Amino acid sequence: MLDADFFRRWMTVTAASVNREAERLTALDSPIGDADHGSNLQRGFTAVTATLEKEAPGTPGGILTLAGRQLISTVGGASGPLYGTLLRRTGKALGDAAEVSAEQLAEALRAGVEAVMTLGGAAPGDKTMIDALVPAVDALGDSFAAARTAAEEGAVATTPLQARKGRASYLGERSIGHQDPGATSAALLVAGLAEAAGE
Amino acid sequence: MKMLINVPETVVADALRGLAAAHPDLTVDVENRVIVRRDAPVAGKVGLVSGGGSGHEPLHGGFVGPGMLSAACPGEVFTSPVPDQMLRAAAAVDSGAGVLFIVKNYTGDVLNFDMAAELAEDEGIQIAKVLVNDDVAVTDSLYTAGRRGTGATLFVEKIAGAAADEGMPLERVEAIARQVNENSRSFGVALSACSTPAKGSPTFDLPPGELELGIGIHGEPGRERRAMMTSGEIAEVAVEAVVEDLRPRNPVLVLVNGMGATPLLELYGFNAEVHRVLAARGVPVARVLVGNYVTSLDMAGASVTLCQVDEELLRLWDAPVKTPGLRWGV
Repeated sequence: MLDADFFRRWMTVTAASVNREAERLTALDSPIGDADHGSNLQRGFTAVTATLEKEAPGTPGGILTLAGRQLISTVGGASGPLYGTLLRRTGKALGDAAEVSAEQLAEALRAGVEAVMTLGGAAPGDKTMIDALVPAVDALGDSFAAARTAAEEGAVATTPLQARKGRASYLGERSIGHQDPGATSAALLVAGLAEAAGE
Repeated sequence: MKMLINVPETVVADALRGLAAAHPDLTVDVENRVIVRRDAPVAGKVGLVSGGGSGHEPLHGGFVGPGMLSAACPGEVFTSPVPDQMLRAAAAVDSGAGVLFIVKNYTGDVLNFDMAAELAEDEGIQIAKVLVNDDVAVTDSLYTAGRRGTGATLFVEKIAGAAADEGMPLERVEAIARQVNENSRSFGVALSACSTPAKGSPTFDLPPGELELGIGIHGEPGRERRAMMTSGEIAEVAVEAVVEDLRPRNPVLVLVNGMGATPLLELYGFNAEVHRVLAARGVPVARVLVGNYVTSLDMAGASVTLCQVDEELLRLWDAPVKTPGLRWGV
């Protein structure tokens, strides 16, 4: 079973990897976006860990809901509402339980991803974070490690796609040949889950 | 790239402190990043709130004041503000007559303003929204995020601002804002990429002998790259693209807008070419604005925006305005 400690660890290790990879995310965002994806997420996850250090809720759902609200309040751009909604809706789906099973997390995360798809209007293949998240949720039934691999492969697979959502979509065909920064950061979030589980 | 900054993390806050020092007519909340006209809320008047990424100055903070915006919320550089800022702005300017959110069509701006509208309505503030999407360089279809909002934002903010100052109700101000957007189109070109403070180097690579056609205002590349052209040739491409799409039958307002690093000498020369092409197409010009209004940091280049006006829109355009970035009739 996964307790509040596990979820706090998930947020902390994700914040660390976002810090580590911020420059790479920004570099991916330069040719097709506006070169700020790394610094924006870094600001958001720094706020998340700071808040969790001050007042960590005692339930998995509470931690994700609070983290999501922090991202919405600090990130801005499209990433703030999208990542914020992902965590908030996942947290809400987990409810008040003190511990949740891996299956319950997979189910809640699927609800979170669906909320992101509704909010952003993106579907798989649009060259967005969804292209990493959907395969990750599908693989979560096997293991956290399998979800990490699926997310990373999903992110890499955005390279030949033409963007249909977000700022890269304004480039039309010129967005082809670049890995999507949003899918790349989504893979970091999923990798954080595997790391928190020690996989 | 050398920049007149302290550190990238504080550029927005530093600029807000400077704006406050230069314009005592404005209330600038540096910590929460909200710029409000000093006399807000004005009794019986609809509040106008806009916002978006920083780096487009004077848009939007420079357009706060009598005759234009009631408040603006600047985000990080090229990043939309967060819902907390918009909610704070709406609360500061609402006199009970409601608030109009003026939103440029970028995914981040749309999502954050949508969230803010929900929160504001929970607090009993009546909210209407208008989406600005004037950029003809972007294919508008069900399968894309749609056209970007660029130069027409200035027309919407000025004309809706005058309507609100006249005491028109929220539905009417919203309808006028929509009318302005529907009658406006833009096209932009870049001669150089811009450099964001966070990255410190140009966001894309544009060789000296080439230009980008169909750019937006966030330092993203455009739709097409060509060998460098003359001012006259660029005016032909830009004006043709706008006129083809807008097909104006009435006189137009013309905005010849610099992207931040193009001198007025060049912009006025470009304006002459824009007028030559408009005359050749038989498009009558009502008013003209030339300058850096909707910028993209230090990008060199320009955009052309046309707004087809009727008598009412022209009267509202001519109405007095007193803001840091736009001022006449007062």
